[in-house]
Amino acid sequence: MSAAAEDAVTEAPAVEAVPKRAMTLGTGTSLAILAALLIAPLFVKNFIAFQMTMVMIYGIAVLALNILTGGSGQFSLGQSAFYALGAYTSAVLMENANVNYALTLPIAGLVSFGAGYLFGKPALRLSGIYLALATFALAVAMPQFLKLHFFESWTGGVQGLVVMKPDAPFGLPLSQDKWLYYFTLAITVAIYIGSINLLRSRSGRAFMSIRDNEIAASAMGVDVAKYKTLAFGVSAGITGIAGGLSAIVVAFVAPDSYTINLAISLFLGMVVGGVGWLPGSFVGAAFIIFVPNIAESISKGLSGAVFGVLLFIVIFLVPHGARQVAIAAQLLMGKLRK
Amino acid sequence: MTAMLNVKDLRAYYGQVQALHGLSFSLNEGSLTTLLGANGAGKTTTLRAICNMVRSTGAIEFEGAPLSSKSTENIVRLGIAHVPQGRGTFTTMTVEENLQLGAISRTDKAGIVSDIERMYEHFPVLKERYTQQAGTLSGGEQQMLAVARALMLRPRLMLLDEPSFGLAPLVVRDLFKILGKINREEKVTILVVEQNAQLALELADQAYVIETGRIVMSGNAKDIANNEDVRKSYLGY
Amino acid sequence: MELFVNQILAGISTGAIYACMALAVVMIYQAIDHLNFAQGEMAMFSTFISWQLMQWGVPYWWAFLLTIAISFAGGILIERLLFKPLAKAPVLTNVAGFIALFAIVNSVAGLIWDFTIKQYPTPFGSSPFLGSQLISTHQAGMIGVTLLMLVGLYLFFQFTRIGLAMRAAAALPESARLVGINTSWMIALGWGMASAIGAVAGILIAPVVFLEPNMMGGVLVYGFAAAVLGGLTSPLGAVVGGFLMGVFENLAGTYIPAVGNELKLPIALALIIIVLVFKPAGLFGRAIVKRV
Repeated sequence: MSAAAEDAVTEAPAVEAVPKRAMTLGTGTSLAILAALLIAPLFVKNFIAFQMTMVMIYGIAVLALNILTGGSGQFSLGQSAFYALGAYTSAVLMENANVNYALTLPIAGLVSFGAGYLFGKPALRLSGIYLALATFALAVAMPQFLKLHFFESWTGGVQGLVVMKPDAPFGLPLSQDKWLYYFTLAITVAIYIGSINLLRSRSGRAFMSIRDNEIAASAMGVDVAKYKTLAFGVSAGITGIAGGLSAIVVAFVAPDSYTINLAISLFLGMVVGGVGWLPGSFVGAAFIIFVPNIAESISKGLSGAVFGVLLFIVIFLVPHGARQVAIAAQLLMGKLRK
Repeated sequence: MTAMLNVKDLRAYYGQVQALHGLSFSLNEGSLTTLLGANGAGKTTTLRAICNMVRSTGAIEFEGAPLSSKSTENIVRLGIAHVPQGRGTFTTMTVEENLQLGAISRTDKAGIVSDIERMYEHFPVLKERYTQQAGTLSGGEQQMLAVARALMLRPRLMLLDEPSFGLAPLVVRDLFKILGKINREEKVTILVVEQNAQLALELADQAYVIETGRIVMSGNAKDIANNEDVRKSYLGY
Repeated sequence: MELFVNQILAGISTGAIYACMALAVVMIYQAIDHLNFAQGEMAMFSTFISWQLMQWGVPYWWAFLLTIAISFAGGILIERLLFKPLAKAPVLTNVAGFIALFAIVNSVAGLIWDFTIKQYPTPFGSSPFLGSQLISTHQAGMIGVTLLMLVGLYLFFQFTRIGLAMRAAAALPESARLVGINTSWMIALGWGMASAIGAVAGILIAPVVFLEPNMMGGVLVYGFAAAVLGGLTSPLGAVVGGFLMGVFENLAGTYIPAVGNELKLPIALALIIIVLVFKPAGLFGRAIVKRV
């Protein structure tokens, strides 16, 4: 009994342990969703396709945060900085070096991975609230760096950069928005599958052992420093790819698109989607994209308050996010089958 | 003698795991009872269930009043002091502050002051260290402090969870002597959970043996101590 | 040299703002173990309440006292209604709750009092203090009030039974319940006190930064940083951290080239992080030893 009693006495860890299996959806459900996503653009307008593309892009960024927080238990408010870095890398390469847009993405990912890895090196000594503060500083500083005169010939300074929106290749009969939808969908699926495999790999297990108990993990021989930095780097890299995609899809980058508000949005997306539940990242992304618009349409003057109230309603009803809904639905399905 | 505490069909759960499977026992007023059992038998859970610190079903009555709907702090305020496993010392506060916290639900200022003095008589070592941070005390001293803190409530019933845990044998003897004295002189009913069966049976007048969440034996402490099975399993001779 | 001394003085006077806010931050951190991101907005709202009272003709000090009482009650109410139900939810869910509260308070204040900048009176006057142009009597008064609150909090926590109970509930909730402390109400009380301290901070800060719904945005960040620097478990640390923060920021702005106004904040934060790498519990905080 003493073990169970001990558990009750010690405080709950900052991040709930999500078992590996519970981090994803079943194969059948995943394929059904993928099929729906593949045919969806045939029935919707360009603008809707664009918005769905943005949900996927933000979803990738939330997923990246989820790998960091839900996977390795670290917390970052600096994701907007890596997102910005990726976006600018893609935009600068496309506009100043005429690199093909698809090729800029791996570069954006690598640059952000490098930045995240370098930032993570000293920052991994910090944890919890201190890490939040450090990453917060990064997020606040980023737009200022992007505005510096020194870089202005490449970055366009305060004005930002306008990027050419690519057409569908091989003469495919698709509008730009719909082509970018499929392009983004392909990358999203690749990143999603890659992330699942990462979390199921040896490194993923190391991440989770650190999340659940850092001291025990190091006692078991997990190189805590290495894997914390790695998680930071991977998360930053994936965020950078999302940023690069956004530069291509929105066809515009400017420093003030990547303020701390973006980092806070991504954080909210993670909580609403369910910390540690990868598919939830996309539910959370939809929340942060659509709910402010809904709030705006309900009341212009009070849109902030409406957003806050909606957020409260969500966390009151489902404090564990969309994951909770999914689990409840699964239980219900099981009962109905019987 | 009337039963002070009555526990009927107690079942407790940690999440999905059931830890107690219908436990029933009672404590007589003024008695010193011990609850024996191996690791994982459910001793700690029983104590925690009495104070409503785990999810449980069944009936628990203290002096005729049901406890199950009350919060932990209100159960304590009825006069049930609980010295938890690991002692629950407020390590960053001083020894005296710990004692004052024990009496935080009382309002008689003069009584509290005199009780603190009384505790210093029971446990002279605490007096020597009263301005020291409680975390700097040795394990035995912290256990004394935990008992003293519980007594500051002026409890009618005291629950102790493995007070001998991690202490040197001599210290344990001292502690148990004091517990006996408190039971006799201050008329505090005591329920002590122990793995150290030998000492506990010497001290107690009633005993229960608990195995995997069920009471398997009960009776007079002396009879239990002489029982063949108990001797083999718990006393080792 | 004179520039240096002047910058330090100027730093101390801005630092007083941060110190004030940091005190409120530490207060709530002690009670609930979280940083309340909506604390600045709550303080702003309190300040607007006092402004409204004065608009209705209530004299300054009466408005001051009334606002503190209202804020205290309001803090308790917010905890009971919104955050008590979340007590068992994951920590990050609570943080999302703070962000939601932030959005609501900010937006409601904007709706009631609109976003135009308002003058806010000071009872201390704003003439130069002891002949120095860098520190005004208001700023001196602000430092005085901050130190007074600090002493008051110290006395409260060290010498009153309720202060002792609050400390116990924050340190070891389970043990606190076992001595009969209603820990849930201690948390509510912590919210009330933090909200009241925030109100004082807001009222003192408003004459400097002017009154508007976004007045606290920057201040709260500095308050957090100051609290973390000083050690989240120490009210004294929070106040010292606040002053250091102000001085840091001014010196960095003056002596490090290319640090414009825009980069002041990141630089100050970076400095704090460097300090924390070497002293993880903050300058005055207690190191918490972790057990497996």
